[in-house]
Amino acid sequence: MYDFAYEKPASLADAVAALGHEDAKVIAGGMTLIPVLKQRLNKPSVVVDLSGLGMTGITVTDESVIIGAMTTHATVAASAAVKRAIPALATLAGLIGDKEVRHRGTIGGSLANNDPAADYPSAALALGATINTNTRSINADDYFQGMFTTALEAGEVITSVVFPIPAKAAYVKFKNPASRYAMVGVFVAKGPAGVRVTITGAGQNGVFRHIGFEHALAAKWSADSLTGVATSQDDLNSDIHASAEYRAHLCNVVAKRAVAAAG
Amino acid sequence: MNAPFEGIGASVRRKEDLRFISGRGNYTDDINRPHQTYMVIKRSDRPHAKIISIDTSVAMAAPGVVAIYTGDDFANIGGLPCGWQIHNKDGSPMAEPKHPVIAHGKVRHVGDPIAVVIAETKQQARNAAELLEINLEDLPGVATTTDALKPGATLIHDEAAGNVCYDWHLGDADAVAAAFKSAHKVVTLDLENNRLIPNAMEPRVALGDYDRHTGDYTLYTTSQNPHVIRLLMGAFVLGLPEHKLRVVAPDVGGGFGSKIYHYAEEAIVTWAAGKLGRPVKWTADRSESFMSDAHGRDHVSTAQMAVDASGKFLALKVHTVANMGAYLSTFAPAVPTYLYATLLAGTYTTPVIYVEVKAVFTNTVPVDAYRGAGRPEATFLIERLVDAVALDTGIDKIELRRKNFIPIDAFPYQTPVALQYDSGNYFATLDAAMKAADYNGFPARKAAAAAKGKLRGIGVSTYLEACGIAPSKVVGSLGARAGLYEVANIRVHPTGSVTVFTGTHSHGQGHETTMAQLVTDQLGVPFSQVDIVHGDTSKIPFGMGTYGSRSLAVGGSAMVKAMDKIIAKGKKIAAHLLEASPEDIEFKNGNFSVAGTDRSKSFGEIALTAYVPHNYPIETVEPGLDETAFYDPMNFTFPGGCHICEVEIDPETGVTSIINFNAVDDVGRVINPMIVEGQVQGGVAQGIGQALMENAAYDASGQLLSGSFMDYTMPRADDLVNITVGTENTMCTHNPLGSKGCGEVGAIGSPPAVINAICDALKIRHMNMPATAEKVWSIINGRSAG
Ligand SMILES: Cc1cc2nc3c(=O)[nH]c(=O)nc-3n(C[C@H](O)[C@H](O)[C@H](O)COP(=O)(O)OP(=O)(O)OC[C@H]3O[C@@H](n4cnc5c(N)ncnc54)[C@H](O)[C@@H]3O)c2cc1C
Repeated sequence: MYDFAYEKPASLADAVAALGHEDAKVIAGGMTLIPVLKQRLNKPSVVVDLSGLGMTGITVTDESVIIGAMTTHATVAASAAVKRAIPALATLAGLIGDKEVRHRGTIGGSLANNDPAADYPSAALALGATINTNTRSINADDYFQGMFTTALEAGEVITSVVFPIPAKAAYVKFKNPASRYAMVGVFVAKGPAGVRVTITGAGQNGVFRHIGFEHALAAKWSADSLTGVATSQDDLNSDIHASAEYRAHLCNVVAKRAVAAAG
Repeated sequence: MNAPFEGIGASVRRKEDLRFISGRGNYTDDINRPHQTYMVIKRSDRPHAKIISIDTSVAMAAPGVVAIYTGDDFANIGGLPCGWQIHNKDGSPMAEPKHPVIAHGKVRHVGDPIAVVIAETKQQARNAAELLEINLEDLPGVATTTDALKPGATLIHDEAAGNVCYDWHLGDADAVAAAFKSAHKVVTLDLENNRLIPNAMEPRVALGDYDRHTGDYTLYTTSQNPHVIRLLMGAFVLGLPEHKLRVVAPDVGGGFGSKIYHYAEEAIVTWAAGKLGRPVKWTADRSESFMSDAHGRDHVSTAQMAVDASGKFLALKVHTVANMGAYLSTFAPAVPTYLYATLLAGTYTTPVIYVEVKAVFTNTVPVDAYRGAGRPEATFLIERLVDAVALDTGIDKIELRRKNFIPIDAFPYQTPVALQYDSGNYFATLDAAMKAADYNGFPARKAAAAAKGKLRGIGVSTYLEACGIAPSKVVGSLGARAGLYEVANIRVHPTGSVTVFTGTHSHGQGHETTMAQLVTDQLGVPFSQVDIVHGDTSKIPFGMGTYGSRSLAVGGSAMVKAMDKIIAKGKKIAAHLLEASPEDIEFKNGNFSVAGTDRSKSFGEIALTAYVPHNYPIETVEPGLDETAFYDPMNFTFPGGCHICEVEIDPETGVTSIINFNAVDDVGRVINPMIVEGQVQGGVAQGIGQALMENAAYDASGQLLSGSFMDYTMPRADDLVNITVGTENTMCTHNPLGSKGCGEVGAIGSPPAVINAICDALKIRHMNMPATAEKVWSIINGRSAG
């Protein structure tokens, strides 16, 4: 990695101030940022560590689950409250990376990074989550803007994420055999945002809603409803792990399994 | 209380593991020398390009830079030598283009070194490397042998017309042609053996040091064979005599073959240390490992078996094209020839065999021996072909194998492809594996899986391999440029404890335990009183290192020979002390006694007497108890056995799950059953990796697509099942231990068992590795669609 300055502010205001430097970069769990730095793909002037700010913890109300941006995947996966309110979310967190990654990586880091094969974006978009930052609240529908691209402005810090509690939801992940990120991950939900089916890992532009599946499931919530519902290959990834054709096929298989799991 | 049994046959815990698992190992990267500098290598990101210019001036002026070297600096230094010369069909030698230490004139693969930057810190070296101004002009590149052989294909070396390294053959073409003519049926199969990247846990490291007062060079390196590196680098590259060059390979974190070879970085750091008068250290990062460690396998073959009406094999004909990569790595030419073609009889009595092998240069990382080396390729070909014969003739695959096995009473068995097997019992390993796998219960399990919508298959591989490498005279006649004996020095200390200096090298195999058990067994010295030293040319008399499952069969045999000398000398000393004749002295359980009496001296007493020779046969016996033996094997050893794999396929996704894996191997005498079990399980894990997921992917031009663990699929614990290991051993007849070797059997026997199981489940004739979910799904899909 290139040399950089390091700051660990004690307040959000100090963090935001530190992020005012040109090419300043937030570090949360570092599970994505550190590999990127080691490969010299990023050259920050200062790295601002959010770990002194709190911003951890899970609150469950009647309508929603609120997760602090610095909450690790392991915490979400193990949370009894999340398992009761949105079991699919706990399942999803438990499927991210390996144990070491889950104990460092955070929900804020995952959503800020918006890797096209990351797991959390599918949940945020399917459940109609709200991403709270130091300056505003962003609806998930407006937040994801293509791979590695979000509505966040430079220097904007995610503070928490609010997930409305759905009536039904499930996440099923077909892992890339090498990276174990999602080759095709499907989150299905029937909740305040209506029936939603989101797919991560498959699309060239990152997470997307599968409108065909949503219509079929809105008409009848059953895995069989998806039989024969096509997925266009046009915007799907094709690489050494899976062709667009295979990914399109998997979208259907995995979505059916998710609907079956959601009950 | 009796001391625990720690001799031959005891599953003694590995004594080296405490330091490994507690982070106390001493790896090459743990070694640092005063005033050390750091080297970073600028590697080619192009598969094939002309080097137009390299401007180092800006980089040279960067902070901390000590030196920058390019191919020009090495232009008059020897290239990296190749240790095995193959001859073409017409008797002419193979094309052996120079492998420059640093690319000169051209780069020929992604990862080819273009320049090295040496600086005070690694960070400074990295910073400066980015300031090198390198001007390359792309040339067309080729990744596959098929493309490299096309007329008009880009020429990688001027010395290798048509990109052909050699065109070699073995066996009797006429006899095979005649047998094919009169055969009942000829079964043909086209197959590929996928290219693999070894990925040892510890990346390669090299640290060169030079003492200007003595003129001594020291190279610390991650090597499986420090003496071989000293020989190759000293004699062929840098022109340094052995007594001025010490090579140390301390704890090494896995090799699998990839750390056998003499690599450019070793020569560069040693040479630069001499130039600069300062130590120079290079540590590969993982991305460099992917593009600079020798890869493995990469064959394209056509195999044909002629059979009679009863299914008896009459003749085998094989045509193989082997990818050498961009340059010849140290042992690369031997892998698809003498480690492959000679294995094509397998466990069968096929009377005549003819094999042609063409080795081809491409714009890819050089290929060399990787766990099994040639033998996995041969085994995959034979065991897949046998299943194809079973399918095409309608003969049951087990019955077909039994019908063609070399009979138990036929050993020693001379194959038509040079090797003579000393011992084996393929019926016993097959029977034991079928029992362990509950083969007969398979139809019921298949039906139960079908009821859940899953496809089950069972696959069998009855393989054989040749290891214990190797009789020097034989390999010398086949083109090896080195002898392949092994050396042991057994040093008995005055109080009776023992240090063994072995020319083999342990990089995970547990030699410090197995070899100590051997001493405990032979000399009766407690296990705790024995230490094994390896990996340092200044301590070990000589040695050829560890590969080809040779350490016990060859290195252990050298130990036995040296211990025989210790015992013979001890008998003379004991005879003197006991006032008897040496012929009447027996040595047993650590005691020298006069036969038929209770008069005896312990091993410790004899050792002490040897070093304090007050009462001693000094006229006829030298003081001291320290013996060395060189052991050159009479023959290869021939482990073999049966692997049975049961798979279940999810037809919706094409995902294959391994349900059961049973290996029953014949590895000869077992010293430590736990270590053998671990070696076989590790090898099978690699074999399953090759069969289901691993693949070095290149695009057509030679760009490496699987250059990180994000894209190269390593097998993980949750991809595997508990691999059940059994042994049914027959003894090697020509070495004093009876041991055959167990390091490679897992990786050799397992891939065809997996693919045979998948083909059985899918009811297809063949599929190439790796059997990824998408490939399996496409096959199922094509069939249901068609
Ligand atoms: C081996 C491995 C396997 C993995 N497998 C998976 C997987 O299967 N599925 C998956 O989804 N992910 C996976 N990941 C990624 C993992 O989930 C990361 O932890 C996550 O993507 C980033 O979280 P982090 O806290 O580590 O963020 P960091 O790496 O610290 O930061 C990532 C990016 O987000 C920015 N950032 C971080 N926090 C904030 C914030 N609060 N506000 C604004 N910007 C912020 C940083 O500036 C940086 O650009 C894997 C990672 C590794 C190393």
